Amino acid sequence: MAEVTMLEAIRQALAEEMERDPSVVLLGEDIGVYGGAFKATEGLLERFGWERVIDTPISETAIIGAAVGMSYLGLRPVAELQFIDFIACCFNQLVNFVAKSHYRWGAPVPIVVRGPSGGGVHGGPFHSQNPEMWFVHTPGLKVVCPSTAYDAKGLLKAAIRDNNPVLFFEHKFLYRRVKEELPPGDYTVPLGQAAIRRPGRDLTIVSYAATVYTALEAAGELAREGIEAEVIDLRTLLPLDRQTILDSVRRTNKLLVVHEDTRTGGLAGEIAAIVTEEAFEDLDGPIRRVTALDTPVPFAPSLEERFLPQVADVVRVARELARY
Amino acid sequence: MQLPAMKYPLSREQLLELYYYMRLTRELDEQLVRLFRQNKVVGGLYSSLGQEATAVGTAYALEPRDWMAPMIRNVGGLLVKGYRPRDIFMQYMARYDSPTHGKDNTSHFGDLKVRHVVSPISMLGDLIPVMTGVALAGRYLGQKIVAMTWIGDGGTSTGAFHEGLNFAAVQRAPLVLVIENNQWAYSTPVARQVPLRHLVERGRAYGLGGYIVDGNDVIAVYQVTREAVERARNGEGPVLIEAKTMRMKGHAQHDPASYVPPEMFEFWKARDPITRYEQWLTRHGVWDEATRAAINERVARELRQELAEAEASPPPPPELAEQGVYCEGCHQIEPEWQRPVEELLPPRSSVQPRWTVTDFGAFDGACYLPAETPAVAPAPAAASPARTPATRRAAGARRRRS
Repeated sequence: MAEVTMLEAIRQALAEEMERDPSVVLLGEDIGVYGGAFKATEGLLERFGWERVIDTPISETAIIGAAVGMSYLGLRPVAELQFIDFIACCFNQLVNFVAKSHYRWGAPVPIVVRGPSGGGVHGGPFHSQNPEMWFVHTPGLKVVCPSTAYDAKGLLKAAIRDNNPVLFFEHKFLYRRVKEELPPGDYTVPLGQAAIRRPGRDLTIVSYAATVYTALEAAGELAREGIEAEVIDLRTLLPLDRQTILDSVRRTNKLLVVHEDTRTGGLAGEIAAIVTEEAFEDLDGPIRRVTALDTPVPFAPSLEERFLPQVADVVRVARELARY
Repeated sequence: MQLPAMKYPLSREQLLELYYYMRLTRELDEQLVRLFRQNKVVGGLYSSLGQEATAVGTAYALEPRDWMAPMIRNVGGLLVKGYRPRDIFMQYMARYDSPTHGKDNTSHFGDLKVRHVVSPISMLGDLIPVMTGVALAGRYLGQKIVAMTWIGDGGTSTGAFHEGLNFAAVQRAPLVLVIENNQWAYSTPVARQVPLRHLVERGRAYGLGGYIVDGNDVIAVYQVTREAVERARNGEGPVLIEAKTMRMKGHAQHDPASYVPPEMFEFWKARDPITRYEQWLTRHGVWDEATRAAINERVARELRQELAEAEASPPPPPELAEQGVYCEGCHQIEPEWQRPVEELLPPRSSVQPRWTVTDFGAFDGACYLPAETPAVAPAPAAASPARTPATRRAAGARRRRS
C-alpha cells in the first residue's frame, strides 16, 4: 500500500467522515473550488457539493460563529482557518462563545477548528505561530497537535465525532514531509492519550507536533553516547495525558520538555508544575526545557533557525541533565 | 371590537396576550428592582423598561419551530418563547433551579431542544454570526425555519455585527435582525456612535433592505416583524428591522442615567408602549375595565407565586463549580432531517467545482459619490481636538453647506 502524507491523511479523514455522516459540513476561506491554501480539502467540493463545502468571506468571526450555530441544530461543522495565526481574529468567539457554552447553559458545541500552525517554512511573524497555549488556558476547549499521518487521520476523525469543540493544529512543516502507510478502513485515535515514540531509561523527553522529530533525532545522537532517552509525543495538549508523563518520569527520574511554542507560559512550565507536585521524590535532577525564544517568529532563515529549538540544543541540554 | 385593517390580523385573544406579555415584562422588571433593593439580586440588574413592545412584538411573530437569541433587554421575548418569570428571578438571584443552575446570570440562558433559544454572551454582535449558522443549518436540514436576534444601537459598531451580516447576506440566510435603537449605548448617545440617521442603513453595505418601525407600538412592531419573518422564510435572505425606542433607565441598576437630558425622558414617557397599547385596546373596544383588571390580577398572582417558588430554590452546591466544563456522553442533539439525505451524499451531491462568473467587474463609467455628507455630531467642548487650519476649513465648509 502506498505511503500517504499527513496532508493526504487529513483529506482522507474529512472525506470519510463526510461520507459516513451527512451532518458533517466544511466551511472556510478558499476551501471549495480552490481546495484550500494547502489543498487539504481538494476534491471535496466536487464530491459533496456546494452545501457541504462552503467558501466563506474573509471573516474568521463569522466562520466560527456560523459553525457554532450549525452545531446547535445537530450538524458537525469543520471550520478551516487558512493559517492558524488568524485564529486571533476569532478569539472572542472561541474563548467566550464556544468554550463556555456547555458549562454555562448545557449546550454542547461539537465543532472542529483546524488549520496549519508552526514555523520552519519561512512564513514570517504571521504565518508561523503556535498559538496553542492561548487555548490550553481556556477550559471547555480540546487542543490536538498531531505529529504523524496516522495520528492526524485518527485524531481528526475522533475530533469530528467528539461532542466538544476541538482545535486541531496541523503543523505545516510536517504536511508533506512525514509519510506512512495507513491501515485500510475506519480507525480513530482517542483524544487525550500520549504515545511513547522511543523507549529509554535515562531521561524522558516530552514533546508534540514538529519538535517530536527534533527530540527523536536528538535521542538518536544521545544513544551513540550511551544515553537512552524516552521520547513522548503528547498528541493532545488538552486534556493532557498526565499519567503517561508521570509514569515515564518515575522510570527515568529526569525530564526535559521540548516545544516549538515560545518559552514563557508554554506547556513546559505546566508540565514542570505537574511533575513537581506529583512526582517530586522521583526526580533526580531539575526539569529542563528547550523551547523557541520569547520573540515573535522572525522571517529570515538565519533568524528563524535561531528562534526554533534545534537538535543540537536538545542534545546539549539532555546531556547536561543525564550527567546531573 | 372595531380594529384597523392589518396585513396580519390578530384575534382578540392574541391582542390581549400581547398585552399580558408586555405587562408581565414590566411588572417582572419592577419586582426585580424590589429584589435588588432587598439585596437579593446577585450582581447587576438590567431593565427592559420602555422597550417591552419591541421585545414582545418581534418575538410574537415567530413560530414555535423558529429560533431566537435574545439580548439583555429582550426579557419579553423570552416570556413569549415560553420561559417563566421564575426563570428570570432565579437567574438574577443565582439559584440552583435557574436555567443555568447559577452558572450564569441575567438573560444568559437558552434551550436547544424545545424553545429553540440560543443564549447570548456579554460580547455584543456575536449572536449575529451564530444565528446565521442556525439559519443556514435550518436550511441545510430542510426545516424552513427563521432565526431571529436583536442588537442594540451600540452593538452595530462591532466587527461581529458586520462579519455576521455580510456572511448572512452572501448566503441569503433566513435571518431577521432587529436593531433595537434605544438611543443610548451605556452613556453614549447614538449620534456619537453611528454617523447615520437611521441604523437600518447599516444593511445597505450588504445589499440588504429593511424596515424602520416605531418600537413603542406593539402592533406595528408585530406587523413589520411578521412580514420580515415571511420574507426570510421565503428565501429572500436576511431582513433588518430598526425599532426606534428608548431605554428608560440607566445601563444597569447602578446607573442613574444623569447624562440623559430630562426632557428626553419626558418625551419618551409620553410615548410609553404599555400606556399607548392600553389606550389602543380601549379605543378599539378590544377590552373593558374588567378584562384589564383580570389580566393585571393574573400577572400579579403569577409573579407572587413564581417569586415564592424562586425564593424556595437553594443556591447551587459548591461542587457544581467543577462540573460540566465538557460534554461527556451528554450530547443529544440529533439533526432533524426534513429532506432526503441522499441529496447530500455522492453521487447525488457531486458538482462541477467551478465558479460561474458573468460580470467581469471592469469600470462601467458610473462615478459614485454619496448623496449627502453624513451628519457628524459636534464634539463636546472638553473633548474637542485643537483647532487647526484644516479643522477650521472643514467647519467652514459644513456651515456653507447648511
